[in-house]
Amino acid sequence: MEQQVSYTLDSTLETVDSAEEKASRIATELGFKDDEIMQISMAVREGAVNAVLHGNNYAPDKKVILAFQRTPEDLVITIRDQGRGIDLNGIPNPLAPENLLKTSGRGIFLMRSFMDVVEIRPSQTGTEVKLIKHVHGKPVGHQEGSQ
Amino acid sequence: MSMKLSIRQVDGVTIVDCSGRITLGEGSVTLRDTVRDLLAKGNKKIILNLGEVNYIDSSGIGELVSAFTTTKNQGGELKLLNLTKKVHDLLQITKLYTVFDVKDDEAAAVKGFK
Repeated sequence: MEQQVSYTLDSTLETVDSAEEKASRIATELGFKDDEIMQISMAVREGAVNAVLHGNNYAPDKKVILAFQRTPEDLVITIRDQGRGIDLNGIPNPLAPENLLKTSGRGIFLMRSFMDVVEIRPSQTGTEVKLIKHVHGKPVGHQEGSQ
Repeated sequence: MSMKLSIRQVDGVTIVDCSGRITLGEGSVTLRDTVRDLLAKGNKKIILNLGEVNYIDSSGIGELVSAFTTTKNQGGELKLLNLTKKVHDLLQITKLYTVFDVKDDEAAAVKGFK
Protein backbone atom coordinates (compact mmCIF):
# COMPACT_ATOMS: atom_id res chain seq x y z
CA MET A 1 0.00 0.00 0.00
CA GLU A 2 1.15 3.56 -0.71
CA GLN A 3 1.42 5.97 2.20
CA GLN A 4 -2.12 7.01 1.50
CA VAL A 5 -4.86 5.63 -0.69
CA SER A 6 -8.45 6.77 -1.06
CA TYR A 7 -11.54 5.50 -2.79
CA THR A 8 -14.75 7.24 -3.84
CA LEU A 9 -17.59 4.77 -3.55
CA ASP A 10 -21.29 4.69 -4.36
CA SER A 11 -23.91 4.60 -1.61
CA THR A 12 -24.71 0.93 -2.01
CA LEU A 13 -24.55 -2.29 -0.05
CA GLU A 14 -21.73 -3.38 -2.36
CA THR A 15 -19.70 -0.47 -1.00
CA VAL A 16 -20.06 -1.87 2.51
CA ASP A 17 -18.63 -5.23 1.46
CA SER A 18 -15.97 -3.54 -0.65
CA ALA A 19 -14.86 -1.27 2.20
CA GLU A 20 -14.56 -4.26 4.51
CA GLU A 21 -12.51 -6.19 1.95
CA LYS A 22 -10.18 -3.24 1.33
CA ALA A 23 -9.64 -2.78 5.07
CA SER A 24 -8.93 -6.46 5.54
CA ARG A 25 -6.48 -6.53 2.63
CA ILE A 26 -4.61 -3.40 3.71
CA ALA A 27 -4.44 -4.45 7.37
CA THR A 28 -3.06 -7.80 6.23
CA GLU A 29 -0.48 -6.12 3.99
CA LEU A 30 0.60 -3.94 6.88
CA GLY A 31 1.28 -6.92 9.10
CA PHE A 32 -1.49 -6.64 11.66
CA LYS A 33 -2.37 -9.81 13.55
CA ASP A 34 -5.42 -11.88 12.60
CA ASP A 35 -7.60 -10.62 15.43
CA GLU A 36 -6.59 -7.02 14.69
CA ILE A 37 -7.40 -7.50 11.00
CA MET A 38 -10.86 -8.70 11.98
CA GLN A 39 -11.32 -5.72 14.29
CA ILE A 40 -10.15 -3.21 11.69
CA SER A 41 -12.25 -4.68 8.88
CA MET A 42 -15.31 -4.86 11.09
CA ALA A 43 -14.91 -1.27 12.31
CA VAL A 44 -14.60 -0.12 8.69
CA ARG A 45 -17.66 -2.16 7.74
CA GLU A 46 -19.68 -0.51 10.52
CA GLY A 47 -18.44 2.91 9.46
CA ALA A 48 -19.36 2.19 5.86
CA VAL A 49 -22.81 0.98 6.88
CA ASN A 50 -23.40 4.24 8.74
CA ALA A 51 -22.15 6.29 5.79
CA VAL A 52 -24.24 4.47 3.18
CA LEU A 53 -27.43 4.04 5.19
CA HIS A 54 -27.62 6.79 7.78
CA GLY A 55 -25.43 9.39 6.12
CA ASN A 56 -26.17 9.18 2.41
CA ASN A 57 -29.41 7.21 2.76
CA TYR A 58 -28.50 5.20 -0.38
CA ALA A 59 -28.71 8.40 -2.49
CA PRO A 60 -27.19 7.68 -5.91
CA ASP A 61 -25.72 11.19 -6.18
CA LYS A 62 -23.93 10.97 -2.84
CA LYS A 63 -20.60 9.27 -2.40
CA VAL A 64 -18.63 7.65 0.39
CA ILE A 65 -14.96 8.58 0.55
CA LEU A 66 -12.82 5.93 2.19
CA ALA A 67 -9.16 6.69 2.87
CA PHE A 68 -6.34 4.70 4.41
CA GLN A 69 -3.20 6.42 5.65
CA ARG A 70 -0.18 4.72 7.03
CA THR A 71 2.05 6.44 9.55
CA PRO A 72 4.96 4.92 11.49
CA GLU A 73 2.71 4.48 14.51
CA ASP A 74 -0.78 4.06 13.15
CA LEU A 75 -3.15 2.95 10.48
CA VAL A 76 -5.52 5.88 10.05
CA ILE A 77 -8.79 5.25 8.24
CA THR A 78 -11.22 7.98 7.30
CA ILE A 79 -14.80 7.40 6.16
CA ARG A 80 -16.70 10.43 4.95
CA ASP A 81 -20.28 10.65 3.75
CA GLN A 82 -22.25 13.49 2.15
CA GLY A 83 -25.30 13.39 4.36
CA ARG A 84 -26.67 15.95 6.79
CA GLY A 85 -24.43 14.96 9.68
CA ILE A 86 -25.42 12.79 12.59
CA ASP A 87 -26.51 14.08 15.99
CA LEU A 88 -23.94 12.66 18.38
CA ASN A 89 -26.15 13.49 21.35
CA GLY A 90 -28.91 11.35 19.90
CA ILE A 91 -26.93 8.12 19.97
CA PRO A 92 -28.15 5.91 22.79
CA ASN A 93 -25.83 3.71 24.83
CA PRO A 94 -26.41 0.19 23.47
CA LEU A 95 -25.27 -1.32 26.77
CA ALA A 96 -27.95 0.42 28.83
CA PRO A 97 -30.50 -2.12 30.06
CA GLU A 98 -33.34 -0.36 28.27
CA ASN A 99 -31.42 -0.58 24.96
CA LEU A 100 -30.04 -4.11 25.14
CA LEU A 101 -32.87 -5.60 23.10
CA LYS A 102 -32.90 -2.91 20.44
CA THR A 103 -32.20 -4.25 16.98
CA SER A 104 -29.89 -1.41 15.92
CA GLY A 105 -27.56 1.21 17.35
CA ARG A 106 -24.42 -0.86 17.97
CA GLY A 107 -22.26 0.26 15.04
CA ILE A 108 -20.42 3.15 16.69
CA PHE A 109 -20.07 1.14 19.89
CA LEU A 110 -18.37 -1.67 17.96
CA MET A 111 -16.07 0.80 16.21
CA ARG A 112 -15.02 2.20 19.57
CA SER A 113 -14.54 -1.32 20.93
CA PHE A 114 -12.29 -2.42 18.09
CA MET A 115 -10.18 0.66 17.35
CA ASP A 116 -7.77 2.61 19.53
CA VAL A 117 -9.16 5.99 18.56
CA VAL A 118 -12.52 6.88 17.01
CA GLU A 119 -13.26 10.48 16.12
CA ILE A 120 -16.62 11.47 14.69
CA ARG A 121 -17.03 14.90 13.15
CA PRO A 122 -20.54 15.68 11.94
CA SER A 123 -21.26 18.71 9.81
CA GLN A 124 -24.09 19.89 7.62
CA THR A 125 -22.31 18.54 4.58
CA GLY A 126 -21.60 15.12 5.96
CA THR A 127 -20.03 13.10 8.72
CA GLU A 128 -16.37 12.17 8.90
CA VAL A 129 -15.33 9.18 10.97
CA LYS A 130 -11.65 8.70 11.71
CA LEU A 131 -10.57 5.26 12.90
CA ILE A 132 -7.06 4.76 14.25
CA LYS A 133 -5.35 1.49 15.07
CA HIS A 134 -1.96 1.68 16.74
CA VAL A 135 0.73 -0.60 15.51
CA HIS A 136 1.86 -3.00 18.17
CA GLY A 137 5.13 -4.85 17.78
CA LYS A 138 6.80 -4.58 14.43
CA PRO A 139 6.49 -1.39 12.41
CA VAL A 140 3.61 -0.99 10.02
CA GLY A 141 4.53 -2.18 6.56
CA HIS A 142 7.36 -4.41 7.74
CA GLN A 143 6.88 -7.97 6.61
CA GLU A 144 9.38 -10.77 6.84
CA GLY A 145 10.55 -11.64 3.37
CA SER A 146 8.44 -8.99 1.73
CA GLN A 147 9.48 -7.99 -1.73
CA MET B 1 -19.54 -16.49 1.48
CA SER B 2 -23.20 -15.60 1.84
CA MET B 3 -25.41 -17.10 4.48
CA LYS B 4 -26.95 -20.54 4.09
CA LEU B 5 -29.64 -22.08 6.26
CA SER B 6 -30.99 -25.57 6.59
CA ILE B 7 -33.83 -26.62 8.82
CA ARG B 8 -34.39 -29.90 10.65
CA GLN B 9 -36.71 -31.14 13.37
CA VAL B 10 -35.53 -32.94 16.50
CA ASP B 11 -38.10 -34.03 19.10
CA GLY B 12 -40.47 -31.20 18.30
CA VAL B 13 -37.72 -28.60 18.23
CA THR B 14 -36.78 -26.77 15.05
CA ILE B 15 -33.05 -26.49 14.53
CA VAL B 16 -31.82 -23.96 12.00
CA ASP B 17 -28.27 -24.74 10.94
CA CYS B 18 -26.69 -21.45 9.84
CA SER B 19 -23.45 -21.06 7.94
CA GLY B 20 -21.55 -18.16 6.41
CA ARG B 21 -22.06 -14.52 7.27
CA ILE B 22 -24.97 -12.82 9.02
CA THR B 23 -24.52 -9.28 7.81
CA LEU B 24 -26.49 -6.33 6.53
CA GLY B 25 -28.41 -7.32 3.42
CA GLU B 26 -29.04 -10.82 2.28
CA GLY B 27 -27.82 -12.66 5.36
CA SER B 28 -29.93 -10.67 7.79
CA VAL B 29 -33.02 -10.84 5.59
CA THR B 30 -32.69 -14.59 5.12
CA LEU B 31 -32.53 -15.18 8.85
CA ARG B 32 -35.43 -12.83 9.55
CA ASP B 33 -37.68 -14.42 6.93
CA THR B 34 -36.85 -17.92 8.10
CA VAL B 35 -37.66 -17.26 11.75
CA ARG B 36 -40.89 -15.45 10.88
CA ASP B 37 -41.91 -18.29 8.58
CA LEU B 38 -41.22 -20.88 11.28
CA LEU B 39 -43.29 -18.96 13.81
CA ALA B 40 -46.13 -18.49 11.33
CA LYS B 41 -46.24 -22.25 10.86
CA GLY B 42 -46.44 -22.82 14.59
CA ASN B 43 -42.83 -23.82 15.20
CA LYS B 44 -42.15 -22.01 18.44
CA LYS B 45 -39.24 -23.99 19.84
CA ILE B 46 -36.29 -22.81 17.81
CA ILE B 47 -32.55 -23.35 18.01
CA LEU B 48 -30.22 -21.30 15.84
CA ASN B 49 -27.10 -23.38 15.35
CA LEU B 50 -24.40 -20.80 14.66
CA GLY B 51 -21.50 -23.26 14.60
CA GLU B 52 -20.64 -22.46 10.99
CA VAL B 53 -21.20 -18.71 11.19
CA ASN B 54 -17.80 -17.15 10.70
CA TYR B 55 -18.79 -13.49 10.62
CA ILE B 56 -21.54 -11.29 11.99
CA ASP B 57 -21.88 -7.50 12.00
CA SER B 58 -24.06 -5.14 14.00
CA SER B 59 -26.98 -5.76 11.63
CA GLY B 60 -26.57 -9.50 12.17
CA ILE B 61 -26.54 -8.97 15.92
CA GLY B 62 -29.72 -6.95 15.49
CA GLU B 63 -31.31 -9.83 13.61
CA LEU B 64 -30.44 -12.27 16.39
CA VAL B 65 -32.06 -9.89 18.88
CA SER B 66 -35.08 -9.53 16.61
CA ALA B 67 -35.41 -13.31 16.24
CA PHE B 68 -35.17 -13.74 20.01
CA THR B 69 -37.76 -11.09 20.88
CA THR B 70 -40.15 -11.98 18.04
CA THR B 71 -40.15 -15.62 19.13
CA LYS B 72 -40.62 -14.68 22.78
CA ASN B 73 -43.46 -12.28 21.97
CA GLN B 74 -45.27 -15.07 20.20
CA GLY B 75 -45.02 -17.36 23.20
CA GLY B 76 -42.06 -19.29 21.86
CA GLU B 77 -38.49 -19.84 22.89
CA LEU B 78 -35.27 -19.38 20.92
CA LYS B 79 -31.83 -20.62 21.86
CA LEU B 80 -28.42 -20.13 20.30
CA LEU B 81 -26.16 -23.14 19.80
CA ASN B 82 -22.44 -23.60 19.13
CA LEU B 83 -21.20 -20.03 19.02
CA THR B 84 -17.90 -19.51 17.25
CA LYS B 85 -15.32 -17.49 19.17
CA LYS B 86 -15.99 -14.40 17.05
CA VAL B 87 -19.73 -14.49 17.68
CA HIS B 88 -19.22 -15.37 21.34
CA ASP B 89 -16.88 -12.39 21.82
CA LEU B 90 -19.29 -10.04 20.04
CA LEU B 91 -22.18 -11.11 22.25
CA GLN B 92 -19.94 -10.62 25.29
CA ILE B 93 -18.92 -7.07 24.47
CA THR B 94 -22.47 -6.09 23.56
CA LYS B 95 -23.69 -7.62 26.85
CA LEU B 96 -26.07 -9.87 24.94
CA TYR B 97 -24.46 -13.14 25.98
CA THR B 98 -26.52 -13.28 29.17
CA VAL B 99 -29.68 -12.14 27.39
CA PHE B 100 -29.70 -15.04 24.96
CA ASP B 101 -30.04 -18.64 26.05
CA VAL B 102 -26.72 -19.94 24.74
CA LYS B 103 -25.94 -23.66 24.59
CA ASP B 104 -23.02 -25.70 23.34
CA ASP B 105 -24.63 -29.14 23.41
CA GLU B 106 -27.45 -29.83 20.96
CA ALA B 107 -29.07 -32.68 22.88
CA ALA B 108 -29.12 -30.65 26.09
CA ALA B 109 -30.47 -27.65 24.21
CA VAL B 110 -33.32 -29.73 22.77
CA LYS B 111 -34.15 -31.21 26.17
CA GLY B 112 -34.04 -27.79 27.77
CA PHE B 113 -37.24 -26.54 26.16
CA LYS B 114 -40.24 -26.19 28.45
